[in-house]
Amino acid sequence: MTTITAPLRILIGKVGLDGHDRGIKLVARALRDAGMEIIYTGLHQTPEQIVSAAIQEDVDAIGLSVLSGSHNTLFLRVLELLKEQDADDIVVFGGGIIPNEDIPKLHAAGVRALFRPGTTMADIVDFVKAIQPRA
Amino acid sequence: MLSSERSIRKEMASPDGLAEHVKAGRVRAISRTITLLEAGNPMGREILRQLGDSGGRSHAIGITGYPGAGKSTLIDRLITAYRQQDKTVGVLAVDMSSPFTGGAILGDRIRMQDHALDKGVYVHSLATRGQRGGVSAATRDAVLVLDTAGFDIVLVETVGVGQGEWDIAEVAKTVVVVVAPGLGDEIQAMKAGILEVAHIVVVNKADHDGAETTLQHLRDWHPCVLRTVAVKGEGIPELIAAIAHHQQADPLPRHVSSQTIRQSLH
Repeated sequence: MTTITAPLRILIGKVGLDGHDRGIKLVARALRDAGMEIIYTGLHQTPEQIVSAAIQEDVDAIGLSVLSGSHNTLFLRVLELLKEQDADDIVVFGGGIIPNEDIPKLHAAGVRALFRPGTTMADIVDFVKAIQPRA
Repeated sequence: MLSSERSIRKEMASPDGLAEHVKAGRVRAISRTITLLEAGNPMGREILRQLGDSGGRSHAIGITGYPGAGKSTLIDRLITAYRQQDKTVGVLAVDMSSPFTGGAILGDRIRMQDHALDKGVYVHSLATRGQRGGVSAATRDAVLVLDTAGFDIVLVETVGVGQGEWDIAEVAKTVVVVVAPGLGDEIQAMKAGILEVAHIVVVNKADHDGAETTLQHLRDWHPCVLRTVAVKGEGIPELIAAIAHHQQADPLPRHVSSQTIRQSLH
């Protein structure tokens, strides 16, 4: 396979009824400054919209912010849709206010990383940088 | 047109498989092919070779103009209008790569997300990756891919441009330049550059102060100037009609006008 030096492409967005986008915008900007191409879908996306956009954009990873408490439903639905479309090679990670007891279940379902309050920006950037490009 | 995406992952490893799936209009194959072309991967060229001239039916329309003039919102409304005509629409939305880090925020799509679940609409964002002409190096090839995939309409949104980025003329058959009111006097409308490659000039946000003056100045110097208020859907039918009129009035293939530009510059 020929080596590709293209930047990582990451879809960043918010799912569900949650209008708090300051954090996700900061993350998007930090990843931009780390040399990545960020497709920003904005607020109030359904899992279906996120997965459709991710496939159209041929992204390497999807990063979702959920501060509404509905992270279990939303993350699992995104993973399920990716599997349905044979696109579960796309890495899914996220952040938000996610209680300890929910973390093992989300990891087991395939969420690669979850960043909670107190995470440094460097931690997020380092994680995303280590993602292997798919193409 | 966009058939099942299931189990095409393995077949996407070869140029033959990708080319076949592009012709069948499969989203993942289209997207991956564009990725390969953007990366300069030789497999991308091989796919293009295999796609050959099986396209040729799409109408490629360039939407260019000043930053914040309303290009993305206008495209969102054009998508809706073309879908009402039962036409399928592919969109290539270009935004700037950072000259310092190579990173980019590709944010045009945010205005078009209402169409994300419409199987007749495809949106792909491209970063300029060092090109300064308003589109990326792979944009022209990406238009060919969407053409071959069978989209009736291909809309190409450039980065927000100033006066001097007119590479869109080499990519699209019909070029629409979008401006907003209140950005300069008549002399701006007389200047050389982007307005010369426009087949249609649109004054968007035409409900803002100064719109009439801007319209008047531009109409003195350009034969086709329209007014729109994209967020309210005003002027969209007229713009669709003007684009169709240009398509009918100019049967030349899209590259002819750009050759003329290049020849006259050398």
